[in-house]
Amino acid sequence: MIHFNKHTLHNGLKIIVHEDNSTPMAVVNIMYNVGARDEDPQKTGFAHLFEHLMFGGSINIPEYDEPLQKAGGDNNAYTTNDLTNYYCVLPAQNIETAFWLESDRMLSLAFNKKSLNVQRKVVCEEFKEHYINKPYGDIWHNMRNLAFDVHPYKWMTIGKELSHIENATIEDVKAFFFKHYRPNNAIVVVAGNVQSNQIFQLVEKWFGNIPSSENSIKNIPKEPQQNNAKFLELQANVPLDAIIKTWHIDARLTKGYYAADLITEIFGGGASSRLYNSLVKNKKLFSSINCYHFGSIDPGLLTIEGKLIKGIKMQEAENAIEEELEKLKSTLIENNELQKVKNRTESMITFEDISVESRANSLAMYELLGDAAWMNTELEKYQEITIHDIQQYAQTIFNTKNSSTIHYYSKNN
Amino acid sequence: MSFRKQAPAIQNAVDFDLKLPAIQQFALDNNIPVYSIHGGTQDVIMIEFVFFAGNWYEEKNIIAAITNALLKNGTKTKNALAINEHFEFYGAYLNTHTYSETATVTLHTLNKNLEYLLPVLAELFTDCIFPEEELKTYIKNAKQRLEVNLKKCDFVANRLIDEYIYGHNHPYGKYSTIADFDAIEKNDLQDFYKANYTNGKCMIFVAGKLPTNINNLLNKYFGNLPFNYNKELQKNYLPVCNKTKKHSIINDTDGVQNAIRIARSFPNKIHPDYNNAQILNTILGGFFGSRLMKNIREDKGYTYGIHSFIQNHFHQTAWMISTEAGKDVCNATIEEVYKEMKLLCNEPISNDELFLVKNYLMGNLLSNQSGPFQVIAKWKSLILNNLKEDFYYNSIHTIKTTNAKDLQEIANKYLNPADFYELTVL
Repeated sequence: MIHFNKHTLHNGLKIIVHEDNSTPMAVVNIMYNVGARDEDPQKTGFAHLFEHLMFGGSINIPEYDEPLQKAGGDNNAYTTNDLTNYYCVLPAQNIETAFWLESDRMLSLAFNKKSLNVQRKVVCEEFKEHYINKPYGDIWHNMRNLAFDVHPYKWMTIGKELSHIENATIEDVKAFFFKHYRPNNAIVVVAGNVQSNQIFQLVEKWFGNIPSSENSIKNIPKEPQQNNAKFLELQANVPLDAIIKTWHIDARLTKGYYAADLITEIFGGGASSRLYNSLVKNKKLFSSINCYHFGSIDPGLLTIEGKLIKGIKMQEAENAIEEELEKLKSTLIENNELQKVKNRTESMITFEDISVESRANSLAMYELLGDAAWMNTELEKYQEITIHDIQQYAQTIFNTKNSSTIHYYSKNN
Repeated sequence: MSFRKQAPAIQNAVDFDLKLPAIQQFALDNNIPVYSIHGGTQDVIMIEFVFFAGNWYEEKNIIAAITNALLKNGTKTKNALAINEHFEFYGAYLNTHTYSETATVTLHTLNKNLEYLLPVLAELFTDCIFPEEELKTYIKNAKQRLEVNLKKCDFVANRLIDEYIYGHNHPYGKYSTIADFDAIEKNDLQDFYKANYTNGKCMIFVAGKLPTNINNLLNKYFGNLPFNYNKELQKNYLPVCNKTKKHSIINDTDGVQNAIRIARSFPNKIHPDYNNAQILNTILGGFFGSRLMKNIREDKGYTYGIHSFIQNHFHQTAWMISTEAGKDVCNATIEEVYKEMKLLCNEPISNDELFLVKNYLMGNLLSNQSGPFQVIAKWKSLILNNLKEDFYYNSIHTIKTTNAKDLQEIANKYLNPADFYELTVL
């Protein structure tokens, strides 16, 4: 059970405090409700580029990192398709330094041209390092583009193409900031060796007079139901053939999401999972195979991705995957197997909650979804799923019409 | 003036009085030492077995790694699936890793399931049979994985730079080839397993919210195993460094970035220069505010990240700078790295920068001992390096008292560009 206190400022900023006096540290975690799904299709990669710019100085403070490091602190950030999250960890005595820095950059960035120029280059190098210069690095670029017709999950957080990042202007940066980086679009979680009353006062002092934006209602295009199987064939300079298949699943807050999450565990969780045992160990068709999803807030994708053993034909490998899908659709799973994936889920949640940073991040995440208290009832939602739910949901999603497939061939074979 | 222009008052982390929480120690009936840290907020526990079964002790390349990787793939009474199902049914994580000197088997579990897991864990130390079929599948898949990795410039660069520094016959410098995999036989694994696991030297590290009977439990399941804590571990390797300092490899003609590694040998943790070198390294490339990051990423945008570090080896180690940079800015990046080294040699570090780094390092130390898993990791590092608690306190003392002059001396001793190997892999 994770305890916390919650408060909302006049400008709409939400504050959550989680006290844990077993650590000498404090965490200040700020989650902004903006991600790659909020981008213009012609200006993709912007939410992530923006995350870089948040470290380029704010209106009253030329340098973000140095004062925090002087206070014995450290920080980082990440961007997903749904949200952007910033966190600092520092000795609890110095927590006000974090509020000073974070509130100033919520008030306004410095909009420094040099910072934009440099970070555009840095992000281009990041793009090259992870997505161009790596074997199979473009697989998700292609899969998102194939699986989604209109929803902005169509592109990766790094962006659709380098030119979108290269062409970003300071005007784009300003518009993005004043639209999304407002207190009414943010959640502050403070966790660690702190006292709620004192934190609420400090947050009022530092964040209370930051103006809010007009209500920013998200207008994200809904992905229509897919009615035809999608398919793409690619060739690349990689050593092994690969296959990747996805199916549309339900949104984060639906029952279907929990069923989908347990299905990924049944198929791909650990060395006792179905795909690994059947396709890697017994039939020896794949050298590796994974099943996963990204935990997207809007309806996302369940994915099966594998690399073929040399000499195995694509069709044979794909048929073997289909057989496993059929098995899940036609035969109820044993209670024991469902219990196993539920136990694994319980364990995963408990281990995730070990670090105070991770607890702060989860509280912000659940508050963004609707209510931080859901962090404490999440496991129950998995417990409610039955073997019949699993079968029904498998029958719903594992329909050829709902699938997208990429055959990724090695040029060398 | 706006209150926002003025930084809030801070307590200097460098003035903190840090104490490493004490470790509990006890020995099993077979003399195997158990080190434990009790604490934390969640009902979880970690038990790690450290064997002296790293590649330092292997007669044939990659035997240590494959033996370790196949510990879960079959015992006299259970096949691979049964073993994995058992641990995974209880939501436990059983991970194995091979390092240069040591190899580990680590269990993470919810406390409530601990007793179901220990007997099967014990079986893995005495009853593994390394089935032929499992070995064949493992080797086939590992060879395919290797082929994919060899397409990556960073993977290739990491192998080669170690080879230049230590030589291909040294445990720190050797790496696996397709031919090595083809030469492995079941007997190699069985012999290595018997000598280095079943009858090997081992230590146990435990952390988490420990049940009160943890010592009895461990003794019950592991105290009667034929481990040999007093086993003689004699084996010495001398590094043979490459004569050529500069290397440039084209691994992938379609590549758009070079992996850059710039490295020199460095003694080890017990050398008197180690603590100051660690601080100097932090300034050079050890954190986000380092000179390399500020210059090469934050000023020039040549790379997504550039880091320097001192490798974590027991015997002898290396000081390394590592980055991936665009093809067109590769040479400029290397030039800037040397420029930063020379600057540290020629000019004393300013008081302001030193103050920042000292506080940053102390804050980091404080943060890194805030839970039982982090505290046990600190102790494990001391114990495996044969170091006492005073090593930890000495490193804090150095952070608190070092000065620009001492650090400049270290720079002049170790950061001479001519002493460094330089490697680019496209």
